[in-house]
Amino acid sequence: MADRIALQVARYRPEQDSEVTFQDYEVPCQKEWVVLDGLNYIKDHVDGTLSYRWSCRMGICGSCGMTVNGEPKLTCATFLTDYGAGPVRIEPLRNFPIIRDLVVEIGDFLRKLTRVKPWIVRQEEKPLADGEYLQTPQELDEYKQFSMCINCMLCYAACPIYGLDPKFIGPAAIALAQRYNLDSRDEGARERRAVLSEHEGIWGCTFVGECTKVCPKNVDPAGAIQRYKLSAAIETLQSFFLPWGGR
Amino acid sequence: MSELYTEYHPRWLRTRVSTYWWLQRRSYLTFIARELSSVFVAWFVVYLLRLIRAVAQGPLAYQQFLESSAQPAVLLLNLLTLFFVVFHATTWFNLAPQAIVARFRGQRLHGSLIAASNYAAWVVTSAIVAWLVLGA
Amino acid sequence: MPRRQLEPILWLLFSAGGVLAALFLPALVFLFGVAFPLGWLAPPSHAHLVAVIRHPITRLILFLLVALSLFHWAHRFRYTLYDGLQIKHLNEVVNLVCYGGAIVGSVVAAYAVWAIR
Repeated sequence: MADRIALQVARYRPEQDSEVTFQDYEVPCQKEWVVLDGLNYIKDHVDGTLSYRWSCRMGICGSCGMTVNGEPKLTCATFLTDYGAGPVRIEPLRNFPIIRDLVVEIGDFLRKLTRVKPWIVRQEEKPLADGEYLQTPQELDEYKQFSMCINCMLCYAACPIYGLDPKFIGPAAIALAQRYNLDSRDEGARERRAVLSEHEGIWGCTFVGECTKVCPKNVDPAGAIQRYKLSAAIETLQSFFLPWGGR
Repeated sequence: MSELYTEYHPRWLRTRVSTYWWLQRRSYLTFIARELSSVFVAWFVVYLLRLIRAVAQGPLAYQQFLESSAQPAVLLLNLLTLFFVVFHATTWFNLAPQAIVARFRGQRLHGSLIAASNYAAWVVTSAIVAWLVLGA
Repeated sequence: MPRRQLEPILWLLFSAGGVLAALFLPALVFLFGVAFPLGWLAPPSHAHLVAVIRHPITRLILFLLVALSLFHWAHRFRYTLYDGLQIKHLNEVVNLVCYGGAIVGSVVAAYAVWAIR
């Protein structure tokens, strides 16, 4: 195993560039180093002008998502030794506008996330004196998988539909909406339905399945979307045939 | 280059998705092949309609239909169709567990069980079709 | 019907068609598309096929198979055109060709299975 590895890092400086260029660096390659360590080495010792996002360095904050050798990855969870002699090509996350170097604009996702109301919605809050909302382990299991989402947006980078039509609401937003729809404490499914059943909501999804493949937390957003399609379709049928019934 | 960079708001770089995006990854290509299998599905049900019409028109028309199905162009097309409908069926059944959550006595059934039951239904249905058509 | 409520119905038709096509078509393609033309198996006699198709349940299943498979194609092909060829701005034409084709095919199928004597 070589003790140095080559990194090809995308650079984009809006004040002087009109397109992305690549700059070659060589960094030490220790056994336990991840791509983020390589980037930090560049920033600290080689080229302090490199811009990128990172925070927890342990796969829970979702900040360090980038495209590594063509794949969306968390750079804090991708080992340099997996790439042999290199070179390792590091680009910003796909399908998002690039602000600078490896930093992308994520406002679109954050706005979509807010629109699906990712919080417990209740008609009436229980008074504090009544204590907590109780939940059985089975009720927790219903939505637990979807609560693992760390908003890293690797799924948006992998989704070709989002790449083709940025109006598409996207995998993580739908998975997080489902996380609350399936939560026994929540009563907001109806409010979320309006957002999700827009044409650029769930119906834009054609079940490519790439989102589930790249998710570092096994959230399975594709599964969440298909399950929601089924329940939304059944609800539409019910509202047809039983328009007076239901909530 | 000053129009690309203003002091308080740099111009973001947006790359357009190529028309050939589906060639850039193997999984994208498989996805498009899966979607295009629907064309072969449509072709074969039209073919089925022609078969039904030939049967309705009498034994001679039926015989002519059978003979035309042996023409090289038709045969090749149907061989391709066989590949694509099997591809459609396998991808469909393999994805079913992601879309369907089934429970038995409160326990969530494992995805492989759902896929297996789909495949079992496929085998049974195919057997019934063969039995009906061949008259055995 | 509001556009918002149409999309789930189309998706249900697509799904139903996908299930029926997956279950029934492989055997049918193998038999009528490959095995009989290549002589691997003897094709059924005309009389036998008429007897099978004439049965009301066969008629119903054949109609559903053809009609729903066509709607399956229509929905899937429409999205493939949007995403593959990026012609979403031509969506009226695409919808007409796809769903119009499926409707026409379903009418033809209904007539075909009804007309067997």
